[in-house]
Amino acid sequence: MFDFSIVTTWFDSLLRQTLGLGDFWSILIECILVGVLILAGYAMLAIVLIFMERKVCAYFQCRLGPMRVGPWGIFQVFADVLKMLIKEIFAVDKADKLLYCVAPFLVIIASVGTFSFLPWNKGAEILDFNVGIFLLTAVSSIGVIGIFMAGWGSNNKYGVVSAMRGAVQLISYEMSLGLCLVTAVILTGTMQVSGIVEAQTGPWNWLIFQGHVPAIIAFLVFLVAGNAEANRGPFDLAEAESELTAGYHTEYSGMGFGFYYLAEYLNLFVIAGIATTVFLGGWAPVNIGIEAFDAVMDYIPGIVWFLGKTFAIVWLLMWIRWTYPRLRIDQILKLEWKYLMPLCLLNLVLMTIIVAFGWHF
Amino acid sequence: MYFTLFITVILTAVVLVVGAYVVAKLIGPRSYNPVKGEPFECGIPTRGTSWIPVHVGYYLFAILFLMFDIETVFLYPWAVVVKQFGAMALCSIGFFMLVLVFGLAYAWRKGALEWK
Repeated sequence: MFDFSIVTTWFDSLLRQTLGLGDFWSILIECILVGVLILAGYAMLAIVLIFMERKVCAYFQCRLGPMRVGPWGIFQVFADVLKMLIKEIFAVDKADKLLYCVAPFLVIIASVGTFSFLPWNKGAEILDFNVGIFLLTAVSSIGVIGIFMAGWGSNNKYGVVSAMRGAVQLISYEMSLGLCLVTAVILTGTMQVSGIVEAQTGPWNWLIFQGHVPAIIAFLVFLVAGNAEANRGPFDLAEAESELTAGYHTEYSGMGFGFYYLAEYLNLFVIAGIATTVFLGGWAPVNIGIEAFDAVMDYIPGIVWFLGKTFAIVWLLMWIRWTYPRLRIDQILKLEWKYLMPLCLLNLVLMTIIVAFGWHF
Repeated sequence: MYFTLFITVILTAVVLVVGAYVVAKLIGPRSYNPVKGEPFECGIPTRGTSWIPVHVGYYLFAILFLMFDIETVFLYPWAVVVKQFGAMALCSIGFFMLVLVFGLAYAWRKGALEWK
């Protein structure tokens, strides 16, 4: 397995020893490089995901999707971005300007922040705290505040209703999201993202194989809660376009709206990425214990495994989104508090028993 | 090192938002008329303010969330050491989980989970 930390250590020693730069300058250059890489990856994935969503949605509805701009419409997203950039930016006169302006920052900070926790390859994690998973949930919940501020601050009745719905839905589903991650942490024994993936390398060592029944339950609940957390699929009642026009971002024009659009798709990717990292082994290849097969699988780079698994889950979530009708607010809260929460607590106890008595693989 | 990176990540997000706003301001058109400043309500003029009292159910769920979320935060440090402590970890968290489950059962019984 290729270890990406070879590249980062080489670059660090290039700056420090070969070019003879001091501590300050080398760290500054590295940080700028990391920032540029995050922006490039973020933008590229947004383009891929938006195009994928349009095509997937179209094929589920027996349409062709965008076909005019470039072959098979592959330049459609670029045209969209250009359109958003050349639109005028203006706010409602009576809006709470401070909340209105700060909200996109919080939404994007939550999205980029959680995005940086994903392990792309062995040694290619950007943020690798020893409290990784815990900090990740903390950063992701900044997004709720952003959505709430946007809806409340724009002085629009649709916005206020949407802000309330969005906030109550996101905080509710954060509970089972957190409990599922705790269930996984029991089995791995570490909260560090790289450690979690490291614990899943080897034959049949992905967490859903290691932890069998409780891990599979946790994985499925995580997908449901994650879908709600990304404000998508049957849980998109914060921006239910048929009843609330566009919900909390009704009053945002041009690029202001673009940020929410961007964050929604990247949050989808991040949720799929976390599910991959925690339950499906992250960049760990499929190993089945037969040496020749494992050697071939190890030869495929980790980033290919990671992106492959993540996009498989993204596709699954898109399938769910375009298949099920939207739920009502009372149905959403009932699903979370009366079904998923007790299931998660029970699952946590089950996992503890299995780990305590060593019944896992 | 990781805290420097964490600050870098947050600054990157801020740069992304500010940069896109600046580009949009530079190349976008600018015009003003009073109708543009009205909140969008499908063509009907807004009556009164939009900051009106909302359904109390939202607050009830927010309070429930606060209680349960604070309790699940305590599960994280425990979860890391379950493998080392074995059956001992199960006993030590049993009482805590019991309180959590009783809390949920009490809220359920009291009808706090119903959307009225």
